[in-house]
Amino acid sequence: MNAPSTPDMGVGSEVTPASEARRAERDSIGMFGVSGTGDTSGFGGLVRRFAPVESSPRPFGGYFDELVDALTTALAAAGVAPDAIMRVVVDRGELTLYIRAEVLLTVVQQLRDSPALRFELCSSVSGVDYFDPDAPPETALQRLHAVYHLTSMTYRRRLRLEVAVDAQHPRVPSVTSVYPTADWQEREAYDMFGIVFDGHPALTRILMPDDWDGHPQRKDYPLGGVPVEYKGAQIPPPDNRRAYR
Amino acid sequence: MTKTPNPDAYATARETTEGRIYTLTGGDWDSLLAETDPLSAERLVVNMGPQHPSTHGVLRLVLELQGETVTQARSVIGYLHTGIEKNAEYRTWTQGVTFVTRMDYLSPVFNETGYCLAVEKLLGISAPERAQTIRVLLMELNRISSHLVWLATAGMELGALSMMIYGFRERELILDIFELITGLRMNMAYVRPGGVVADLPPQAHAKISEFLRVMPGHIKSYEDLLSGNPVWRARTQGVGFLDLTGCMALGITGPVLRSAGLGWDLRKTEPYCGYENYTFDVPTQTTGDVWGRYLVRLAEMRESLTIVEQALDNLRPGPVMVTDKKIAWPAQLALGADGLGNSLEHIRTIMGQSMESLIHHFKLVTEGFRVPEGQVYVPIESPRGELGMHLVSSGGTRPYRLHVREPSFVNLQAFPAMVEGAPIADVIAAGASLDPVMGGVDR
Repeated sequence: MNAPSTPDMGVGSEVTPASEARRAERDSIGMFGVSGTGDTSGFGGLVRRFAPVESSPRPFGGYFDELVDALTTALAAAGVAPDAIMRVVVDRGELTLYIRAEVLLTVVQQLRDSPALRFELCSSVSGVDYFDPDAPPETALQRLHAVYHLTSMTYRRRLRLEVAVDAQHPRVPSVTSVYPTADWQEREAYDMFGIVFDGHPALTRILMPDDWDGHPQRKDYPLGGVPVEYKGAQIPPPDNRRAYR
Repeated sequence: MTKTPNPDAYATARETTEGRIYTLTGGDWDSLLAETDPLSAERLVVNMGPQHPSTHGVLRLVLELQGETVTQARSVIGYLHTGIEKNAEYRTWTQGVTFVTRMDYLSPVFNETGYCLAVEKLLGISAPERAQTIRVLLMELNRISSHLVWLATAGMELGALSMMIYGFRERELILDIFELITGLRMNMAYVRPGGVVADLPPQAHAKISEFLRVMPGHIKSYEDLLSGNPVWRARTQGVGFLDLTGCMALGITGPVLRSAGLGWDLRKTEPYCGYENYTFDVPTQTTGDVWGRYLVRLAEMRESLTIVEQALDNLRPGPVMVTDKKIAWPAQLALGADGLGNSLEHIRTIMGQSMESLIHHFKLVTEGFRVPEGQVYVPIESPRGELGMHLVSSGGTRPYRLHVREPSFVNLQAFPAMVEGAPIADVIAAGASLDPVMGGVDR
């Protein structure tokens, strides 16, 4: 359904190139930001796409520059190649470092122990599945992300680490030797996303039953269900129900 | 019993073509004990739960005992897993509130506020001042009610049954206030992205003031009842010990961390909802045991009362929802005899006079609003510690991923460290002092 062209109330009958452009823009986007076919019936299915993540330019602002510099120095002293930090992203006042999986353990060790960093608390470990069935193979490979939220109680700073692995070999080193609190949280990420944390003392399912098949929070995990008929209408199973983008 | 030594003292075994079959028998105690005395000599594995009344919900504790001493303890969770994080991915951003409010069912306002702060951070908006003050008001009332349930259940488990009655009695006063304001006692979905769903009703001020008048006396009476009680002291002092090093390694936050001596409270260290404008203390203890946690929680209830009082004074007239009509529902909710609902007057207006409102209402309720792409992590101080909301948006009308860093879940990891080497009776006190809520642990 395309948005019908409505009378331009503010401008009146006068048509200028600028008002034409505005009208064209509004008609193409619509009041609720519809793009593409503009199918708002919901039968278009659930489409989700992510723009590629790009590094933020310096200065990052706040304590972020100081933190990144301190980490780079500490990593160099620990003998880690400078490309360990793949991207630095500052968004909505939060700092995200994209880290190579191989060096994760060294990075968190430095983050916890270096006097200029002192991230004593690993607040949260979670997984995110950036699954896009239509994505080109080079981006589709790195779909599973392990996300760590670290807190420095000394400096009152927060930091997010993100490690991307592909679904065929989802192996990330476990940080339990540095942060014992990550134990259950890594088990949860394994349970829900199938990310295997190498070096974890007992990587078993934690929320789902032990004999469960699959990893429920992956985006391609089938929701199951059967169509149900009710008063002549058929209600499809949850996967196939109509949904807005 | 047979004369040959049986590998299992409680069952007879026989070999069949299918393999060895064990049969549980009601045996003769004398002959059973003649073979083995499990209480003194043998290692005994006891399953506590998942339906044990002292495990705060469906938590299963596997205890390995040597006599009466716990040599190993493990907790098994997942019995209350309801897939809230996954469910939220199939609902609009606003509907997410009704899911998160059911996670930690003793502190629904915290779940809602944390989630809404995360959505607001993704949207780049902030709720109006009055809405923030109402959130603080409800959060602190909720903190008191949550600590009251802790005090009531912990008291009951250690034999102070009167404490259970008193705790639930006073919690009822708070739930009545919640019902007056939101229409529901629990799981109220009152805090929404952009503000709160409706303004305070006119009677709220008087009702909260009355509560503030009576509550300090009640807290005093709990203290009179328990603090000097030799049984209470004996069962809490030196029990469930976890020092600061242990807390830091295990990521413990909240009253348990503060009982070990570190005054880390996100309301002070990373203020949100305007907490920087309130005067309050962060109570700490240095004992690191159940007794210290009891004292910290009692003191926190008193601090919460002063915050509620300040929030009542701070309330200024104004909107309780952002004015952006692309986010705020046009619905004018009114509190009727049967709870919150659309006011008849509003329905008359949108149906009869305002086509635009009707369209907006329809679109916002069925499709929902869009949230720009990105991810945020918002931590707030719940009654149990750091409640973090990791929210990822793909730019659509629903969350792409919601992960909740639940303090109950993380804190429960400290259970083995607290009880291994302790007598089995202390398992109850130590587990209770962590205040785990299984709705939050399993989500």
